[in-house]
Amino acid sequence: MRDGAARYALALTTIWLAASVLAVEAHAEIEFAAWELSGRVSLESRYFPRTGIDPSHQSSNTNGFVLEPKLYVEDVEGRSVTVLPFFRYDSADPVRTHWDLREAYVLLFGELGENEWEVRLGADRVFWGVTESQHLVDIVNQIDFLEHPNGKVKLGQPMVHVTWTADWGVLEFFGLPYHRPRIFPGQGGRLRFAGLLDNERVEYQSGAEEWHPDFAARYSHSFGPLDIGVSVFDGTSREATLVCVPPACNPREISDLSNVLIPYYAQIRQFGLDAQLTLGAWLFKLEAMHRSGERNALGLQQESNATELRGIGFEDILGLYREEEYVAAVVGGEYTFYSVFGSTADIGLLAEWNYDERGRQALPRRQPLTLDNDFFFGALLAFNDVESTEIKVAFLTDASRATRTLAAEFDRRLSDQWSLHVESSSILSMDPDDIQWVGRRDSFFEFHLEYNF
Amino acid sequence: MRMIPAYPVRSVLVLLAPCLVLSLWLGMPSLVHPATPEEIGLKIATEASARDDGFGNFTATQAMVLRNKQGQESRRQLRVKVLEVTDDGDKSLMVFDEPRDVKGTALLTHAHKQEADDQWLYLPALKRVKRISSSNRSGSFMGSEFSYEDLSAPEVEKYTYRYLRDEPCGKLTCTVCERFPVDKKASGYSRQVVWQDKDELRTWKVEYYDRKDSHLKTLTIGNYTQHLDRYWRAGEMTMVNHLTGKSTVLNWAAYQFRTKLKERDFSKTGLKRAR
Repeated sequence: MRDGAARYALALTTIWLAASVLAVEAHAEIEFAAWELSGRVSLESRYFPRTGIDPSHQSSNTNGFVLEPKLYVEDVEGRSVTVLPFFRYDSADPVRTHWDLREAYVLLFGELGENEWEVRLGADRVFWGVTESQHLVDIVNQIDFLEHPNGKVKLGQPMVHVTWTADWGVLEFFGLPYHRPRIFPGQGGRLRFAGLLDNERVEYQSGAEEWHPDFAARYSHSFGPLDIGVSVFDGTSREATLVCVPPACNPREISDLSNVLIPYYAQIRQFGLDAQLTLGAWLFKLEAMHRSGERNALGLQQESNATELRGIGFEDILGLYREEEYVAAVVGGEYTFYSVFGSTADIGLLAEWNYDERGRQALPRRQPLTLDNDFFFGALLAFNDVESTEIKVAFLTDASRATRTLAAEFDRRLSDQWSLHVESSSILSMDPDDIQWVGRRDSFFEFHLEYNF
Repeated sequence: MRMIPAYPVRSVLVLLAPCLVLSLWLGMPSLVHPATPEEIGLKIATEASARDDGFGNFTATQAMVLRNKQGQESRRQLRVKVLEVTDDGDKSLMVFDEPRDVKGTALLTHAHKQEADDQWLYLPALKRVKRISSSNRSGSFMGSEFSYEDLSAPEVEKYTYRYLRDEPCGKLTCTVCERFPVDKKASGYSRQVVWQDKDELRTWKVEYYDRKDSHLKTLTIGNYTQHLDRYWRAGEMTMVNHLTGKSTVLNWAAYQFRTKLKERDFSKTGLKRAR
């Protein structure tokens, strides 16, 4: 558990909270109108049918729980404070036992002529995008990789988020004063698709390290059936370049179990586009991005082989990783058959194509696939019953290599407060040249029994 | 020279003009030919809709009790905000409070008179706003016996009408009309039969007929209250599904009219603020 990151986030958020509460106080008497405590407790278990690549440390099952309470306080003017801490206990991996402040922000808004302004100060989560197989352009928050390899769960991000809503669209600015590094599973953890990472030694391109001020902006609007978003991000990458530095890591044996890699965060600039066209039961989706400044993930093995390895340091090794501009895209669609066969159930079918110019050296947001030229096929069966029973199936296949995964999820409400989630994530096959080859044995089943209050 | 009568005749005409125009508009067909049942049906629907004009906005809560054939119950609790839009369908925001696993989920609808509605769903766990297809009008709302179609305000333009008869309904007299969806694919029903009282044009009962024209569901409405001395709103709506024996009772409460709600509360930014 990396306490440092959590401590910084907490300290920073406290500053933001204090500052903004004072700012509000200076202008008006606060009259509280409503407050609410809600949240969830989840008992969870993961079972891995195959032993891991590192059986002396890894186990085949893990149990634990999640606590996620949410406090919301609102005043008569609609201004509010939201605090949403998160805690996970994991029996197998002390690193996966972690906590986070997912959200802790003050929300203010008001009119300015015909338009509207909104400010969110503090730690928050922001979602950009439309596709399902991966969230390509979504970059404001770091993902909580310890929670799930699919990259959907995100860490809280300290921010100043200003939104301007007008007839011509929505314009948002983000000031991001602090970087949250991605935390990777520890030695006892499974799903270490990129090997073992040194969570304590994090390297930054910027001299300001995690305090480098990052900026982002987004314009979005709906034109009839078309929802479109254009975004830009300038600052510290959310994806790490994984650097193999001797003696902790042997670049000649990149898949050696004893290797410990160092995450390095470059300064990047990303332009993103997301669009969805909604026509009847059809949804057509596109996400595309151009990124510069990133030093690409893994590989370059031949070049490092050619180098004399004795006595070289981090900077020398880093120099071997090329800085490359690249484009990536996800394009696809979704069609839903409503009330199939005279029942109340709906069936949604999805297909998406993922492209990444870097090819197999692309370390993606979600794992274990590289998503450089990969097809995603999904189906969603929603029974629309009282229990909201749902079954989801997702199949990902690399178009050029033998890497394929199949995931299935089942969700059902047991009562007004209890619900059940069961999922399986199977690696059907994996190409030995894939950079995530170390995770090839990590298919798993997962069970959640959740209490919502 | 018979000048004197001229004045009275003209003044009578001036006085009568608005009434004549009104009766021409409403009653002309009956002067030329007997009003067709279709014309009477449309007139009732148009008048009922016109009586609701000008409410501005309102907020309310909805509590649903879902019952299956065995009598097992499940609850839904949500908050509703509605904004009147002149010359188009209304905008509405629904926020779920129960069941707790979907707490904070919100649905934003920009209804349209002619084209399909625009709908966005807010998923609080991911903080994601998702544009969704609005063609799912016949699907069950939250597992209840109400469909999205049943819960959305019936825009006059979305149906054709036929007046059937007058008949007593409780202490009142009701008109009984059929309505048929214009876009047959967008509706789960072939027709609906609607009971409205002649005094206030409030709907008291609706029978829903499925695409095979068998009687699928019956909605009964009661506990009406009047707001701002004009606008009638239902207190209790009971939907019974005759095919499955399931039923849903929807109780409306805490109506508040002409609140501080603004157009901006019904934007995607406003949707993200819903909780």
